[in-house]
Amino acid sequence: MPAQTSALLAPLRSVLHLWRRSIQARVVIGTLTLSTVLALLAGWVVLRNVTNGVLDSKREAALSQAAAGFAAAQSRLDSAPDVDLLDVGAVLNPLLDVLAPRAEAVDDYGIVALGPGSLTGPASEGGVLDAGFQFDADASIPQELLEKVRSTEGSWRAYTTIHPAEAGQPTQPGLVVGSQIQVPPSAEQSTGRTFALFYIFPLQEQRETLSVLRSALITTGAILILLLGTIAWLVTRQVVTPVRLARRIAERLASGRLEERMHVRGEDDIARLGLSFNQMASSLQSQIRQLEELSRVQRRFVADVSHELRTPLTTVRMAADVLHDARQGFDGATARSAELLQAELDRFELLLTDLLEISRFDAGAAQLELGDVDVREVVERAIEASSAFAADRDTELTASLPTTPCLVEADARRLDRILRNLVVNAINYGEGRSVEVQVATTPEAVAVTVRDHGVGLRPGEENMVFNRFWRADPARARTRGGTGLGLSIALEDTTLHGGRLEAWGRPGVGSVFRVVLPRRAGGEWTEDPLPLKPLDADLAMVGAPYVRLSGSAKGAL
Amino acid sequence: MEHVRSQRGKVLVVDDDSSLSEMLTIVLHNEGFEPRVCANGDKAMAVVREFRPDLVLLDLMLPGKDGVDVCREIRAESGVPIIMLTAKSDTVDIVVGLESGADDYVIKPFKPKELVARLRARLRKFEESAPESLEIGDLVIDVAGHSVKRGTEALSLTPLEFDLLVCLARKPWQVFTREVLLEQVWGYRHAADTRLVNVHVQRLRSKVELDPEDPHIVMTVRGVGYKAGEPTGG
Repeated sequence: MPAQTSALLAPLRSVLHLWRRSIQARVVIGTLTLSTVLALLAGWVVLRNVTNGVLDSKREAALSQAAAGFAAAQSRLDSAPDVDLLDVGAVLNPLLDVLAPRAEAVDDYGIVALGPGSLTGPASEGGVLDAGFQFDADASIPQELLEKVRSTEGSWRAYTTIHPAEAGQPTQPGLVVGSQIQVPPSAEQSTGRTFALFYIFPLQEQRETLSVLRSALITTGAILILLLGTIAWLVTRQVVTPVRLARRIAERLASGRLEERMHVRGEDDIARLGLSFNQMASSLQSQIRQLEELSRVQRRFVADVSHELRTPLTTVRMAADVLHDARQGFDGATARSAELLQAELDRFELLLTDLLEISRFDAGAAQLELGDVDVREVVERAIEASSAFAADRDTELTASLPTTPCLVEADARRLDRILRNLVVNAINYGEGRSVEVQVATTPEAVAVTVRDHGVGLRPGEENMVFNRFWRADPARARTRGGTGLGLSIALEDTTLHGGRLEAWGRPGVGSVFRVVLPRRAGGEWTEDPLPLKPLDADLAMVGAPYVRLSGSAKGAL
Repeated sequence: MEHVRSQRGKVLVVDDDSSLSEMLTIVLHNEGFEPRVCANGDKAMAVVREFRPDLVLLDLMLPGKDGVDVCREIRAESGVPIIMLTAKSDTVDIVVGLESGADDYVIKPFKPKELVARLRARLRKFEESAPESLEIGDLVIDVAGHSVKRGTEALSLTPLEFDLLVCLARKPWQVFTREVLLEQVWGYRHAADTRLVNVHVQRLRSKVELDPEDPHIVMTVRGVGYKAGEPTGG
């Protein structure tokens, strides 16, 4: 049943779709509907008027003819009193003399006379006097009219269907006019008798005329509707075509082909639409050009600044190195100054490198150099590179890695940097407690989590940690290492791979940073290989002792 | 006296920044080199001809003639090792520099020790030479004489290209990864930039291969690195 319903609904849906999407279809369908209603109405009015006119004139003619006939029959009967009233034939035959010539002359009506028999008797009791055609009088004279004529004086009329005398012939519409005829009393008969006389006029000719008219009306209407539909289609096309053209060009503009313009012809509304559209496109184009130029200038500026900064920095760096090498010969304060100079130059250099990297991301100039990378090796390299820093902070670094290679398509240099930044960050905020790195894979993705048990993150800070130069606690910020750009760069690097970098944290419990990378750069994955929130997170929340335990256990390991 | 000083290695510094040039002079002098400074790209070539340096330190951004042009000019006349100093670390800039003929590059700001290590790696090759003859493809290499011949025709290679070719020819059965080549030819202790290897292999091929598009001397092993072509006994 539902299948059937949907099969039925399918065309309806496509029509609805067309209705919603196309102005042209809407206008054409609307025009067709309205013009159909209009044509039906007009046709009906015309047909009715013509029918009335045709029938009225026929009726007038018929009625006067019948009245003349009735009068002639009555006067004939009045002038011949000595008739045997019981002999119907004797009464009616003389009437023939009066009526028959009329019938023969016109030949398009029949005359039926009914005898004085029972009022409910059949019409054939009398009989057909004369007619230009064959018909079944019994069936053709409506019973109602018959009774009315018999019971009431005066002439009556009714429309009827004339049934042919022989079965198989077509019926035709007709008009029946009937009237009583009084046979006056005679010598034998003291009271007069009443006869009924009917005129039957076939209306076949009128019907044919009307049917020709009707079919002419229908044909005209249909042609008119079709013409109106076509006109509507043509007219709307005049308007819709430029609109569609504008739409296509707008789409092309949106896809970056800024030099696309509409073809403007004439001075009408459409041409003005085209002009305005082109003006808009030109202004957009110039704005975008300007922005591109700005971006180019900025990129150029950053490159120049970096060059301009790097050259003096190189000189300073070398001078500091010379001083640093010679510091044994200096007094205490000068020697320490040389050391500080050296150390801070390292930081300065790191900061410059990070700033340049960020500016590359901002300029959209960062490019991936993809290759197959085993994430386990990346983690090992990151841990090795951070081991000195970890030892300095008295932090234990552990890694739990799968036994099989965890290959991803990635830029090894960037992946190294992501992991190094995460591990250094974890050591930085880990308060000397252990830092754990975990790697897991699915067929679609590889995930790395870096977990610390340090200060953690307050609610809402999970996203802020990736902001540039963001520090959880400004008061103690300066004592920590790093440039403040590490996590921002890690996030940009991850995004560049089509991966995701997220943070989770609880104050006093620690934080987790998770990188998920698709196996193929830019690929999709449905299930994260590792949860962001550690499974024992709530356990750790229950009591600070857990945190302390893990902190003190570190010494034993 | 002149002889002794030249043994220490003559280094020409082409850089327009006077402070950096002076600082380089101090550091190089301390390390036992004989430095000379040229501040203008237009004059660099004349100084190279006159000074005959063992190594050139060349800044890529120079007033007058651009560093890349200077590099091409020197390379057209001499195989002297050239180390670029560059503030730009983008791949394009580095590859352009290497393709113009530089043997190695150092990105500013560099640590003086790092620079000196690179300098020594480039100069070291001049010292060692025992009589040795190697075959690679249809080429014959005279290691001590620093010459490569195809039949009777001598091919002109820079010292670095020569080292690269010798390195491959000494172990014709071995496939060298780019990292290993970086270590053995350039003297990098840990893997750095494999673009160096790619660019120089291309340059070497353009000189030694009959058809660089279809190499028979320096063969590519896909996904691994490079190896020497089979000696053809020619």
